[in-house]
Amino acid sequence: MPPAEHFAAPPNWEWWILAYFFFGGISGGSYAIGTLLRLVGTPADQRAARIAFIASFVALLPCPLFLIADLGQPLRFINMLLDASGGGLSFKPWSPMSLGSWALLGFGLFSFVSFLGAVADGGWHAADPIARILRGTIGAVWNVIGTGLGFFVCGYTGVLLAVSNQPVWSDGWPLGGVFLASSLTGAAALLLLLARSRRDVDAGTSVRLELADRNFVVLEVVLIAVFLVTVAVAGTIGKMSGVWLLLWLVVILGLAAPFAFTRVDAARRWAPVTAPILALLSVLALRALVIFSAQT
Amino acid sequence: MAAFQERPVGFFTDTSICIGCKACEVACKEWNQLEGNKPELLLDSFDNTGQLDAQNWRHVQFIEQIPDNNGVVMNPTPIAGGQAWLMMSDVCKHCQNASCLEVCPTNAIVRTEYDSVFIQQDVCNGCRDCISACPYGVIGFNEKTGTAHKCTLCYDRLQNGLQPACAKACPTESIKFGYLDDLQAAADKRLAALQTAGYKKAQLYGRDAKVYGGLNAFFLLMDEPEVYKLPSAQNATLPSRNNLAGYAGGFVTAVVGLVAGVLAFRSQRMNEKTDATR
Ligand code: SF4
Repeated sequence: MPPAEHFAAPPNWEWWILAYFFFGGISGGSYAIGTLLRLVGTPADQRAARIAFIASFVALLPCPLFLIADLGQPLRFINMLLDASGGGLSFKPWSPMSLGSWALLGFGLFSFVSFLGAVADGGWHAADPIARILRGTIGAVWNVIGTGLGFFVCGYTGVLLAVSNQPVWSDGWPLGGVFLASSLTGAAALLLLLARSRRDVDAGTSVRLELADRNFVVLEVVLIAVFLVTVAVAGTIGKMSGVWLLLWLVVILGLAAPFAFTRVDAARRWAPVTAPILALLSVLALRALVIFSAQT
Repeated sequence: MAAFQERPVGFFTDTSICIGCKACEVACKEWNQLEGNKPELLLDSFDNTGQLDAQNWRHVQFIEQIPDNNGVVMNPTPIAGGQAWLMMSDVCKHCQNASCLEVCPTNAIVRTEYDSVFIQQDVCNGCRDCISACPYGVIGFNEKTGTAHKCTLCYDRLQNGLQPACAKACPTESIKFGYLDDLQAAADKRLAALQTAGYKKAQLYGRDAKVYGGLNAFFLLMDEPEVYKLPSAQNATLPSRNNLAGYAGGFVTAVVGLVAGVLAFRSQRMNEKTDATR
């Protein structure tokens, strides 16, 4: 295959977009882990599930603001959903940005309701009726649909970059999967961080979360490898080297930390929050290097 | 004056007779009231415009194929001792399959009754997805308006029966404006004449459907497309090519991620159960 040629100009998507990709990923990933804990976890895991749903919504809250702030005409954000020229809805399924806008809206609803259920379970009784509904089969269905939307929010950002003509991004179709896997590792790290800083989370839950985290890391590593192969074949991998190797280092440290924490003696002496913090930095660094390296 | 008929119109830019005078750039800026960027000395042949962007909707490229300090000519042409000074007035191609239009989430980018690609300034919200998609680096972001800008093919002039300002100003008729079928016939004739005269590398770019389904602003080039910073037909791919693979990859990852999560949460649960029964 001949190397790809790129003559496209960069869109200058920078810090707001990085923030959105990070928080959106953490939010979607937390929701998915909350659902897993709720549906296949033990009764002791339910506390962590509650934390996951709350974390998901809190992480989601700033996302629309980041996106609006990035627009050249912020007040026209609604044009993403309503067609200002032809009337009706703006819905283009083949445009990831259009689809993503709708998915974000839908996920916002699911995340919000699950958040209300979680805070009700935690003692905020005004939301008790919602919590009651969410406890049964309806709740399970709600969580499953919410997880689907959450996964979409985690992964479409990578597809959005790939569906372009930019170097690196458009050469790497696996980016959607990479961001999704990295969202899961980031969310697992965040939940571990929260679990380790609270006494009310069951120790067994933490152990399960650690194992899930390591599984997600393996998945992420595989996808990053596939992504790098596609970019190398296109001949644009050089754009991600040089100064970007520093960010790669952060990515690798974050990916290695959960394993080091259990297997390397020296690492066992780290503060328990070290590995999750490194993992979260790794999630951020991965997105930063993909976003910025392609545009320079 | 009466408007043009509602038929596909476009540009045929014949680079073999471009003299690099930049009259097109000036006329475009005059008519469209573009301020232009701050002047810069780019030290790139005669080019001080640099690229197409929000302020430059026409850009004359200068490509020097002359001997370097070692007497070597890069990409030598088959004529004139291998030396050439190529010039091309670049512009939005008003692609039939337009990448910008494809990704635009707000429907701000539309196809007009003249088959041109137009950004509605009152709808655009400045998301810049079109900039990331356009394979020709045509669209620029205007900080003042907060929206994306590019050549309109002088939509306002067309509605009043006037040809686009650049074509009107071009002194050598390197930029020809007209109905697309007429332009294509003229281009075929010109190419045949050049090839007969020995210009073997002369070729039409975007005349047929090989590049983005055909370009309404197409070119006669004197060398390979890449020399003019144009993707070859093989590399001219739409952003949507990655939709299916991208989502499929995401879906598979989600499924594997769920399985990985279930395994983690259930296996430990089993261990606990086993421990409890011991
Ligand atoms: S050249 Fe770029 S801006 Fe012009 S129509 Fe094609 S994709 Fe759109």
